[in-house]
Amino acid sequence: MIQRTPGHRFARIGLTLISPRGAVFLLLFVLLVAITVINPHFAEPGQAIRFVQRVAPVAIVAIGQYFVIVSGEFDMSMGSLVTAQVVIAGNLVGQDDSRSIPVLLFMFAFGAAIGLVNGLITTLLRVPSFIVTLGMMLALLGGVLFWTGGSATGNPADGFRQIGRGGITGVPVLGIIPWSVLILGAVLAAAIWFSRQPFGRTLISTGDNLTTARYAGVRVWWVKTSAFMISSLSATVAGVLLVGYAGVHPSVGRGYEFIAITAVVLGGVALGGGRGWVVAAAAGAFALEALFTLLNFAGVPSTLRDAVQGVILILAVAYSSATFKRPGRLPSPKISPSPEKLPHPATDAVSTAPQSSSLSR
Amino acid sequence: MRHKVHVATAMLSAAALLALAGCSTDPGVTPAGDATTAGAKATTTAAAVNWFDQALYTKQLAQRSVTPVGAASQPYLQTIDAKLVDTAKFKSPGAKKVCFANASISNPWRQTGWITMNQQLKVLKAAGVISGMETRDAQDKDDTQIADIDYFIADGNCDAFLISPNSTAALTPAVQRACDTGKPVVVFDRGVQTTCPVTFIHPIGGFAWGIDSAKFLIANLKKGDKVVALRISPGVDVLEQRWAGADKLFKEAGINAVDHFTGANPTEIKKIISDELAKGDVKGVWMDAGDGAVAAIEAFEDAGVPYPVMIGEDELSFLRKWKATNITALAPVYSNFQWRTGLLAIQKIFAGQKVPSEWVLPQSPITKAELDGYLAKNVGMPNGHYAKFGGEDLPGYPAVWQKRVMP
Repeated sequence: MIQRTPGHRFARIGLTLISPRGAVFLLLFVLLVAITVINPHFAEPGQAIRFVQRVAPVAIVAIGQYFVIVSGEFDMSMGSLVTAQVVIAGNLVGQDDSRSIPVLLFMFAFGAAIGLVNGLITTLLRVPSFIVTLGMMLALLGGVLFWTGGSATGNPADGFRQIGRGGITGVPVLGIIPWSVLILGAVLAAAIWFSRQPFGRTLISTGDNLTTARYAGVRVWWVKTSAFMISSLSATVAGVLLVGYAGVHPSVGRGYEFIAITAVVLGGVALGGGRGWVVAAAAGAFALEALFTLLNFAGVPSTLRDAVQGVILILAVAYSSATFKRPGRLPSPKISPSPEKLPHPATDAVSTAPQSSSLSR
Repeated sequence: MRHKVHVATAMLSAAALLALAGCSTDPGVTPAGDATTAGAKATTTAAAVNWFDQALYTKQLAQRSVTPVGAASQPYLQTIDAKLVDTAKFKSPGAKKVCFANASISNPWRQTGWITMNQQLKVLKAAGVISGMETRDAQDKDDTQIADIDYFIADGNCDAFLISPNSTAALTPAVQRACDTGKPVVVFDRGVQTTCPVTFIHPIGGFAWGIDSAKFLIANLKKGDKVVALRISPGVDVLEQRWAGADKLFKEAGINAVDHFTGANPTEIKKIISDELAKGDVKGVWMDAGDGAVAAIEAFEDAGVPYPVMIGEDELSFLRKWKATNITALAPVYSNFQWRTGLLAIQKIFAGQKVPSEWVLPQSPITKAELDGYLAKNVGMPNGHYAKFGGEDLPGYPAVWQKRVMP
């Protein structure tokens, strides 16, 4: 980037916005504008913060899924882990506030253990993660069914539920800052920090090219297992928030793995790993929920939502693979690095330092 | 150069994508008010046409005010408009084996009934009427339940069949096959499209629920007020009839009711209510089952707006929330004690006593005046328990229902 005239800069922003990584922000913006047109109340600060609160669990799950996907794997067990954690919270905390902290600790330990098992089976036994986590999904759902009979079993104490339901009240303009919004902020900040650490870079390079990463001395099994543990822990956080927001029911968390994967893909993260930006993945979650809200406001029946989600997933993947041809792998003869070239994490990740995104700088 | 072409293509496709997104949203914007609601109206009308049965509606409307026959202390043995059938051909001494094909125990209502039924079973076993009950749980799947019934017919060594169908049309042939064995068949809760069972046990029905709940909302709301109707799932007759009955009355009274399917998922319920509140005032909430009523009430609390006029069910979580918030509410009841009536009917059949071909049990909502009484009666019961469960005279009361361990 030698010359930076304003024209160049605008062009670069324009290019970034239509690149798979940036498009999600544009999409989100368009969706939010459309919602506001239908319903001007939506733009009021109080309503907007409630919207962020509602998206927080989904966004946190998407952030966790990002780490797994960028390392070249899938985590299909996230939704059922959310369900399991919700049911655990409901049953173990009960009406006794004093149990909140021990149960919270247990939930995190349980979440980490699930991630560890997913990761170790995937890396050491070399079972495809899709199969491992699908099996884990069924095991967890079966456990929940066995425990509850498939029915709601009562909400935990209100104190525990405040994490997902309450917030700092009496805030000017906003009215309330929900705890979930703060937790989402913290999780996102931690995720950005993680991505910039050597660990985050190793994760991306492992997802991009396993062999190269191995030759570079990466402990692949540990890197990938950590990614699974991050995703399981994020599902745990989402479970804690959801038990507060909604309450205990075996249907809470259902389909979250697909929502998370859709959000991540919408954020321009390559399925198969090696490319992506965690903030875009979180933005993907916001775009997806904004889309659902728009469909709600426009009166589209909720039975259509799954179809919409499926079509978006297909479009997003098609768009992503159509734009991002990898020069290093495809026989495309004459591409030389030029100043105008879009930052390309796929090559950058391995050759130099990975750039999170042009937007982040 | 080539790169530029590439980028141009990318821009083009992005523009197309966004245009597509724009198209799918923006044109929806202008006519959203009329076109989509008209569309929604059209579909609900179509559904109402499918599920609305004027004869059944009129019948249930009348049965709501019939005084049931039988001791008031035993509502599970009371009958409404009974046409008794002779069961002399089934009369047989000794303990009998009952085979129970259950749709599922996947909601609090079914779980409560399942516990009550097992306590009733203990009584009948001790009395030497029933030797044992083999149960198969279909986990809400039609094909599983059909296989369960066929297994019972082939290998169950059953003396009587007790069936709680998962869905109406799909289970009809399997129930018919059970009848063809010549052994007594008793069906309860959801119905089937054959009269071959000896008796079909159910409370008055879905239309009665719809009438009770809609009349309450209409009495407490003004013309043009918005009611959000939260429905669990489409296609189950007892639930569809609740909505078909209520929807008819809402339309006649000029109440603006919008219906949503929730899958009983509290996250969905909260989102739906929040979105509806963002669109405009919601004056009433109608539910086809109380499972999730608390989440709906909480959505109003979170939004900081006045409580709606609320329809729930006799589930204790709702009754307790009702008491705590002092809202204007009604708890329609889908009588849970029918779960024990099935076994008692089998006892009568083997004793050669007459039973009603259609055993209509009483079904009356809990009103504000009765709320405190039912709460006092059910102190210590878990939130998933149903106030009108009708098992107070069974052994193990109240501890068995308080512990709520699935048998």
